[in-house]
Amino acid sequence: MDVLIGQLATGLSLGSILLLAALGLSLTFGQMGVINMAHGEFIMAGCYTAYVVQQIISSAGASLLISLVVGFVVGGAMGALLEVTLIRRMYDRPLDTLLVTFGVGLVLQQVARDIFGAPAVNVVAPTWLSGGVDILGAVVPKTRIFILVLAVVCVAALATVLKVSPMGRRIRAVVQNRDLAETSGISSRKTDITTFFIGSGLAAVAGVALTLIGSTSPTIGQSYLIDAFLVVVVGGLGQIKGTVIAAFALGFLNSFIEYSTTASLAKVIVFVIIVIFLQVRPQGLFTVRTRSLV
Amino acid sequence: MRLPRRSSFKRSALAAGSVVAATSLLLSGCGSKATESDSANAASCTDTSGPTIKVGALNSLSGTMAISEVTVRHAIDLAVEQINGAGGVLGKQIQLVGEDGASEPTVFAEKAQKLISSDCVAAVFGGWTSSSRKAMLPVFESSNALLYYPVQYEGLESSKNIFYTGATTNQQIVPALDYLKEKGIKSLYLVGSDYVFPQTANRIIKAYAAANGIEIKGEDYTPLGSTDFSTIVNKVRGSGAGAVFNTLNGDSNVAFFKEYTNAGLTPQKMPVVSVSIAEEEVGGIGAKNIEGQLTAWNYYQTVDNPVNKAFVKAYKDKFGADKPTSDPMEAAYVSVYLWKNTVEKAKSFDVKAIQDNAGGVRGPGHHQRRKSPHHQDRPHRRDPPRRADLHDLAVARTDPARPLPEDVPVGCGPLQLRWMS
Repeated sequence: MDVLIGQLATGLSLGSILLLAALGLSLTFGQMGVINMAHGEFIMAGCYTAYVVQQIISSAGASLLISLVVGFVVGGAMGALLEVTLIRRMYDRPLDTLLVTFGVGLVLQQVARDIFGAPAVNVVAPTWLSGGVDILGAVVPKTRIFILVLAVVCVAALATVLKVSPMGRRIRAVVQNRDLAETSGISSRKTDITTFFIGSGLAAVAGVALTLIGSTSPTIGQSYLIDAFLVVVVGGLGQIKGTVIAAFALGFLNSFIEYSTTASLAKVIVFVIIVIFLQVRPQGLFTVRTRSLV
Repeated sequence: MRLPRRSSFKRSALAAGSVVAATSLLLSGCGSKATESDSANAASCTDTSGPTIKVGALNSLSGTMAISEVTVRHAIDLAVEQINGAGGVLGKQIQLVGEDGASEPTVFAEKAQKLISSDCVAAVFGGWTSSSRKAMLPVFESSNALLYYPVQYEGLESSKNIFYTGATTNQQIVPALDYLKEKGIKSLYLVGSDYVFPQTANRIIKAYAAANGIEIKGEDYTPLGSTDFSTIVNKVRGSGAGAVFNTLNGDSNVAFFKEYTNAGLTPQKMPVVSVSIAEEEVGGIGAKNIEGQLTAWNYYQTVDNPVNKAFVKAYKDKFGADKPTSDPMEAAYVSVYLWKNTVEKAKSFDVKAIQDNAGGVRGPGHHQRRKSPHHQDRPHRRDPPRRADLHDLAVARTDPARPLPEDVPVGCGPLQLRWMS
């Protein structure tokens, strides 16, 4: 019983980590269609932001909360810069974007290595997040509960912004029909920058949270990039709810398969299941329906 | 003006995204494949006429193993600098050609070939994971070149083209198991990275366990670079094992120990014995998360002898007072001196002459009396690693254990183990 609860909690936690890592990507890839291979490096930027903030503010609790805000701005600024300088010039060439952003990712990794060194650095978790909570015999680390809460808050905030704010309406309008949005007087260029800022900022927020459970090294982003893409692809492009459902589905699937097999085999089985799923539903779980004729 | 986007764009982006995912999988999946090399090119092109002699350093400066291997490169740099400062080798200054193995065995094989055939180096120092060594082995054998490999490994291999300056299993893992047995540990849980060293090491551990009445509660492997250990820690918790034997390599250790501590597991409840975490990695894991856990190595920064004091001081002067020294670093540092001494004894940079004259060298860790031509004698020590204040060793054996790479079995037959007592 406590094993079942433990694995349910693990699945929920893994799902929330996947969701945080993929949420930003669901905006930039899912909504704008940009394949940003440097997304992982924005996650890494968040990790190092947490590290730097902690060097300045020694209180681990305060620095974590401040890093979440600072990380969002740092990641967002990096994303906006990338959009303005490179991605904007190749919106109609997805494969070129893929290669260019992959290169940018490698450059960013090396920059991190030159500034902070190749060995991992440690971000100290606040004492109120150390240890675990006993839930019906299974111990769930508090850090993972924090990440789950953070993921829920981020999704809620993003959904609210997209739904009710004028900026969110502009983003949705451009996603659904760029030409019509432009003819209605919406600057699609400004909207693109905003979307990219939010998407990249969310990646960095994920990075700040990940310092609680893993290592902060220049390659950390790479280990989450593929999973993030899978979540968005399985969830379907253009909708946040697809990403949310896909993240938790993959989280539970992975944790239960891993428990009955091994970590390596679980990855293989999950990938096979995804391949089969995409054969049946190539468009993913959800798609945006429009009246567009083409 | 921007071209209007076609509606098929999203579909093609989606397809490209899937391709990205698949390609990355393939890239990481074919890591251990050895590279074919040109066996005809066996004659060395090393230029020994000038005032300098080229040697190669091949370590991962990027990727998941960079956390460990960068320190090894630093140790090699230090040894080369010291040797050059003292007049070089046979009157020649060493010119170090550095390459990045990028944590990929195929890259190691490729760069090794480049160092041998186009840079014409006299010897190569480097490698960390056994997968990288296995990938480089055919390159060094077919080109008849020399590799000095500085890390503890699983045995089952003894090439005349490789000098193994790290420990074999009987010098590190078996003594660690002896220690656990003495402490009354009755069962073990094995956690490791999914590649050749942990898999083989665990076979030896299982054989030892079977012979000594220790129960193996479970065995789990994760891909190199894996960062989610909640399921494994759940399994470990539920198993009720007496101790965990950890053969994880690289960044994964950080995530593992954070998860382990947060799940409420302590060294008192269930100690973890690690064989691939040295002083440097402790910084990334956080001293709090690993305090009191055990490591088994042949060298620690705190080894008390004049050679080590000089080594530690020189290293800290060059790379910073907060930079610790570790076992693989010591082995890499020693390997450069071993090469120098051998060359001077042979009075030649020739591969054959070096193989025939391989002798011992006194390193920071201990006297390395060589009984086996391609391995080092190493004393073993166990110690809870601490970064800020590396204390003196709790257990130190004074007699160096002879390497017994040949005593670990080849193939899948029943295991037979012998070790020095």
